[in-house]
Amino acid sequence: MKKYMCIVCGYVYDEVAGDPEHGIAAGTRWEDIPGSWSCPDCGVAKADFEMVAV
Amino acid sequence: MKPVVILGSGLAGISVVRELRKLDAARPVIIVTLDDGGFYSKPNLSNALASGKSAVQLALTPREGLAAQLKAEIRPHTRVTHLLPAESAIETDGGRIEYEKLVLALGAQPLRLPIEGDGAAAVLAVNNLADYAVFRDRLEGRQRVAILGAGLIGCEFANDLRIAGIEVDVFDLAPQPLGRLLPPRAAEFFRRKLEAAGVRFHFDTSIARIDRLGDGFRLTDKQGGSHAADLVLSAVGLKPETTLAQAAGLKVGRGIVVDRRLASADFPEVFALGDCAEVGGAGGLVLPFVLPIMAAARALAKTLAGTPTDVAYPAMPVVVKTPACPTAVCPPPAGVQGAWREEPTADGVKALFEDAAGRPVGFALTGSAAAERQALGASMPAWL
Repeated sequence: MKKYMCIVCGYVYDEVAGDPEHGIAAGTRWEDIPGSWSCPDCGVAKADFEMVAV
Repeated sequence: MKPVVILGSGLAGISVVRELRKLDAARPVIIVTLDDGGFYSKPNLSNALASGKSAVQLALTPREGLAAQLKAEIRPHTRVTHLLPAESAIETDGGRIEYEKLVLALGAQPLRLPIEGDGAAAVLAVNNLADYAVFRDRLEGRQRVAILGAGLIGCEFANDLRIAGIEVDVFDLAPQPLGRLLPPRAAEFFRRKLEAAGVRFHFDTSIARIDRLGDGFRLTDKQGGSHAADLVLSAVGLKPETTLAQAAGLKVGRGIVVDRRLASADFPEVFALGDCAEVGGAGGLVLPFVLPIMAAARALAKTLAGTPTDVAYPAMPVVVKTPACPTAVCPPPAGVQGAWREEPTADGVKALFEDAAGRPVGFALTGSAAAERQALGASMPAWL
């Protein structure tokens, strides 16, 4: 399981935790998140996230 | 080869370079900035207390790392004195720079209200990380903050300060919070939630006078009421930074006027985006928010890399970062006639702005309704 960081606001998407509030179940891999998902903190698109090492 | 020169190292300037590097790794780029040239998240300044971050911790990428990442030269603490578009050059206090293309990402400056009294000069405004460091420094050990303006930034700071246990009074001329964003019932719900979190609102008023009193200040409102505060924060709005552009003869309205290619009409090698830009010609859109900046940066990077590209703005909901009352707003497109229809939800208000034909073209969601932001946002008409 990896973590990804939003380059705009620093929000970290943790695959272990998912983003259940926005319909992304815990354990969802980054690749499996739909392209329409956006950063819950600042709203930027999935394409603007960057991977950060765990 | 002359460089692409970017003025400003905020989200707009940095995002253009970041996008350009995905398309063109070799192009020389110089970023000229008044700041120290590091990258930080401006949206996070207004919720840093809740996230337990100091000003230092908010800096995401220091200048050296950013310059390496972007393969760009960053000239920090440098003031641009003149734009010379006829000569494809700028003058700075560190010398002249000739450019191939110039990108104005100058941002906006906080508006200041005229206020009387010997404490007026001590009013703070937070518009960048350095301002925020001063704010946090002055906040140290203080208990009571007055905020001028109940707009998005004022309300976000108010909520953040309450989370840190600080007393907050917020003053606004409007009769409600988020006056430009929320219709009345949604605003009423929002107000009650923030009041429940301990924010004290004072509406239909403004601060006329601020006097020093001991270590703090005494504020006098226009009705003559008196209020005490240790610190005063002004958050009454932003004015696009147009001074340099105007002096250079570029067309300026509310912002620097550019077409959908983000180019200036008179000087097609000069571009503008972000909080300083008025996009889509005179009378166009001035949108000081993250999402329009990202959309503009992507389009402009393509243009700079050799594929002229118009910016397209889908509807872009704005999230208000007030944990006491989750809120998302998608303002109706400019000039569209219509009316708000508001309905209560389980613990919130869902407001839709309907055009003359009854189609929803904008929304405001507070409380539990805010979860519908993404689904609703996708169905809204594009802005540009």
